[in-house]
Amino acid sequence: MELLVATAIGAITAAGVYLILRLRTFAVVLGMTMLTYAINAFLFVTGRLVVNMPPILSSHDNISPADYTDPLPQALVLTAIVISFGMTAVVVMMSLGAFIEGGDDRVNMPESDRIMPPLKTVDETANEDEKA
Amino acid sequence: MSPALIALLPFIGALLPGLLIRSGRSVAATACGTTTLIALIGLVLHIPAILRGEVITARFEWLPLIQLNANFRIDGLSLLFGILILGIGMLIIGYARFYLSRQDSIGKFYTYLMLFQGAMIGIVLSDNILLLLIFWELTSLSSFLLIGYWRHLPEGRQGARMALAVTGMGGLALIAGMLILGQVAGSYDIGDILTRKDAIQASPYYLPMLILILIGAFTKSAQFPFHFWLPHAMAAPTPVSAYLHSATMVKAGLFLMARLWPVLAGTEEWFWIVATTGLITMTVGAVIAVFKDDLKALLAHSTVSQLGLITMLLGFGTEEAAIAAVFHIINHATFKASLFMTAGIIDHETGTRSIRRLGGLRRLMPITFAIGTIAALSLAGIPPLNGFLSKEMMLAELSDLEIARQTFMIVGTVAALFSVGYSLRFIVHTFFGQERDDYPHRPHDPGFGLYSWPALLALLVILIGLFPNTMAGWLVDASAAAVTGEAQSSDIYLWHGVNAALIMSTIAVLGAVVLLGLHRPLLAAWNAAPRPEAKTIYDWLLLRLVFAARGFTDNMTNGAMPRALAAFTLTTLFAGTLAWYTGAAGPATRDMLPIKLVPAIGWVLAMVATGLMVTFHRVRVLALVLVGIVGLMTSAFFAYFSAPDLALTQISVEVVTVILLLLVLNFLPKRTLVESGATQRGWDAFVATLAGVGFGGLTYAVLRRDFAFDPISGYMLENSYEKAGGTNVVNVILVDFRGYDTFGEITVLGIAALAIFALTQTLLQGKSAKRLRNWTYDQRRAGDRHPLMLVIATRVLLPITLVVGIYIFLRGHNQPGGGFIAGLVVAIALLMQYMASGYAWAQERQTLPYHALIGAGVVAAGATGIGAWFNGRPFLTSAYGYIKLPFLEKIGLSSAIGFDLGVFLSVVGAVMLALNSLSRIARQAGEKVNTKPMDIDLSEDQPEGAK
Repeated sequence: MELLVATAIGAITAAGVYLILRLRTFAVVLGMTMLTYAINAFLFVTGRLVVNMPPILSSHDNISPADYTDPLPQALVLTAIVISFGMTAVVVMMSLGAFIEGGDDRVNMPESDRIMPPLKTVDETANEDEKA
Repeated sequence: MSPALIALLPFIGALLPGLLIRSGRSVAATACGTTTLIALIGLVLHIPAILRGEVITARFEWLPLIQLNANFRIDGLSLLFGILILGIGMLIIGYARFYLSRQDSIGKFYTYLMLFQGAMIGIVLSDNILLLLIFWELTSLSSFLLIGYWRHLPEGRQGARMALAVTGMGGLALIAGMLILGQVAGSYDIGDILTRKDAIQASPYYLPMLILILIGAFTKSAQFPFHFWLPHAMAAPTPVSAYLHSATMVKAGLFLMARLWPVLAGTEEWFWIVATTGLITMTVGAVIAVFKDDLKALLAHSTVSQLGLITMLLGFGTEEAAIAAVFHIINHATFKASLFMTAGIIDHETGTRSIRRLGGLRRLMPITFAIGTIAALSLAGIPPLNGFLSKEMMLAELSDLEIARQTFMIVGTVAALFSVGYSLRFIVHTFFGQERDDYPHRPHDPGFGLYSWPALLALLVILIGLFPNTMAGWLVDASAAAVTGEAQSSDIYLWHGVNAALIMSTIAVLGAVVLLGLHRPLLAAWNAAPRPEAKTIYDWLLLRLVFAARGFTDNMTNGAMPRALAAFTLTTLFAGTLAWYTGAAGPATRDMLPIKLVPAIGWVLAMVATGLMVTFHRVRVLALVLVGIVGLMTSAFFAYFSAPDLALTQISVEVVTVILLLLVLNFLPKRTLVESGATQRGWDAFVATLAGVGFGGLTYAVLRRDFAFDPISGYMLENSYEKAGGTNVVNVILVDFRGYDTFGEITVLGIAALAIFALTQTLLQGKSAKRLRNWTYDQRRAGDRHPLMLVIATRVLLPITLVVGIYIFLRGHNQPGGGFIAGLVVAIALLMQYMASGYAWAQERQTLPYHALIGAGVVAAGATGIGAWFNGRPFLTSAYGYIKLPFLEKIGLSSAIGFDLGVFLSVVGAVMLALNSLSRIARQAGEKVNTKPMDIDLSEDQPEGAK
């Protein structure tokens, strides 16, 4: 079983990484969703694979921790799932906003935006302003 | 009054102008002045105790773990600085009331000023060096705001930036130095540090620590070579210059040196670094000041010079020098603040501060002339004013030196000569000479409101000069005692007989008269001579720094996201591999679980879906379906491996996410074109494979090994029922053991939803709104937008789903479920209505605003947590009991249910707000608005023609 889980997590990670390296926003969002699955699953299995021992106490006293799986990674992953929904929603809205505002859904900065204005000291700028 | 309260009062005062400014500037000024006065009275009441040699302290634990505590102390030194800060602060508040014009928003000014005052008083009252550092940084920030107060002036902005850069850099050095000091001394409390002189001076870290602390002090007190920011800070309104740059902030560095004098001073390193820096600064400042035409620039350089003088005295390391330093701090504050205010009045009344355009004001502004002359003569050190007394003490110290006596005496005399020179120039070139007819304004004396404050200080100048022991002697003794650590009783005389100091003084005055006579040719020579400009060097350095930073940034990321992400992935992989090969993972001890058929089918499904998804990711709708399969398998995976809560959460989040992505896809292109070449794709696939193999391998390695340390979950399992009354341990962890985390998480979720809302809001305005109005969908619209079957089915499902939601919510503490899952389920139930019958129809029937839901959720969770305080327990401690509702099973009711309710409400609000935002965009894009649940009307009373 461990082998299956590890290969599945590896495959999903690889798919996620491949997709976030694409050039369009939607693919990147999908890639992030895939990565979320993989990472949440990984965090969850740090409690190791345990079958049929959910952390729901069956008796109120004489509790032996060995009878249950580790609940802590589960609690952490539970909030992580919900938070990643929030994150996905924000990213998706940003990509939608960029598409509507900018007219295309590329993730790269356009070439024309990559050129920075030359650097000047404050005095140089002031001098030029005066000349103008 | 408690020292802590004295330090707090200015901060309270900072809130008042905002509240009161609508009632007029006088009210705001009175409020600030009164707050300052109360703090001053509180401080003054301690004088008798301090004169008896007591130290008043107040201690509050803040972060005891790192020894950062809100400890305050008042001793003689704090008293001296406290009186200066609060006393001159009051005068400045009054002066600014009349100085600032109608256009200046004075409320903001007072707020900044009070903030600064609080920060300053905090520095001098701190008994903990970490606390002192916090106030130190606050003075840098508030002085930035004050210097840049006239935001429309470029000089103001530049001066503010420069001051912040220099003092901020010094602040960083100081933090490092103070941390070393605290470590070496073994305590961060000043009271303790002051007793550990030997340990500190014997430490191998003494020199680096000393240098770092001194960089902090020198930058703040504008010592050479950091002196250049002070003249540029003169772009600030004059009240600020008078307060920050003569009386208080620039003295913070001196305060620090005086505060740590008992443990740092007395070594050779201290003498050479501090005394030499002081001497150079004193001379450089004085020489430059003589050649400045701007009154404020002249005063600024004179301040630099005088600060150098005090630094030098502290550097000598003798007790007599320390007394002289303390006395000069008092005197300098009185005459220099007064001079700045005089310069401000001249600027205010004549419209210029340039000495070239002034002269002959003696008869036109007699009162200003009198005040300015008294203060300037004191600055020059002319008897019988107070400046003379401390200057004589300084010169006497020079002649008593044991090392480098001659150098110090000669250079000191030259500096004194130039000091007298610029002081006389201030008087002669401004007030004497011919009356002119080209002043920008017609000069006349200002109203009482403006000149009363400097006049008061000028009066002090005379009184301290004539009766030094009565007026200031006690304060000098008390503070000198605090600096040196021994009781002091100084006796200050006007007349010491003819000694070395008097001779040096006489040479200086006579030389200055000659200097003034030769001023015109000397100025021409000065202007012609090449000399290094500190500001040019600073600008050049800053530009290099920005160049380097930009080069680095540009090389790291050039705007191409895949490049950056690939670099990130590879770096992570590299770090992971490095950790793997340098660490020890231990042998694989866990046996593998046998492979069962059903999970194997799940694995096949997930793998196939993943593979197809990568292959067909360009067909976006199909890719979405495939992602859904992977998600479904993930949730099945959680269910199989004993995590029912996770399975429920994952599957409901899955539904919401897919709906969200579908709604977005409505606008985005439905297909992705092939844009990158085969090589690029090959490289990407290579990176992806590396990442996959690495992460999969790591997972496998983890799974095959037992825990390296005992997990902390045992405690949670054992105490879940006993302490928190729940048997679902995951839920108990969420709402109780780690409730703080959850509280933060629902807040983040709420913020994310609000960010989406805000984003939508901007999309509905401006350019994108126009685009949306003319939106053409690239696909055919469905003929029947609200199908009958869907409408009926979701209507029937709504109550059922809600009941399920409530059930899941209530049982959550003991069985799988809880606020997160219930929130998602309810959100899905509501979403189905929106999808089936359309946004407008559903919105009309739903009256709760989603923002309010999020807010209510966070408040409910917080309130539950606070409720624990009333039981005398820490935040978020839950209490529980059982109740029996009629017709229902007995349910455990823990106070944590209130917290879970908060979680529930936030989740519903956040999910709905996010999706709601999308529908608003759709409506903007011309989606038809429906007021009926379906497109076809099933009701009986249709118009005849329709049948």
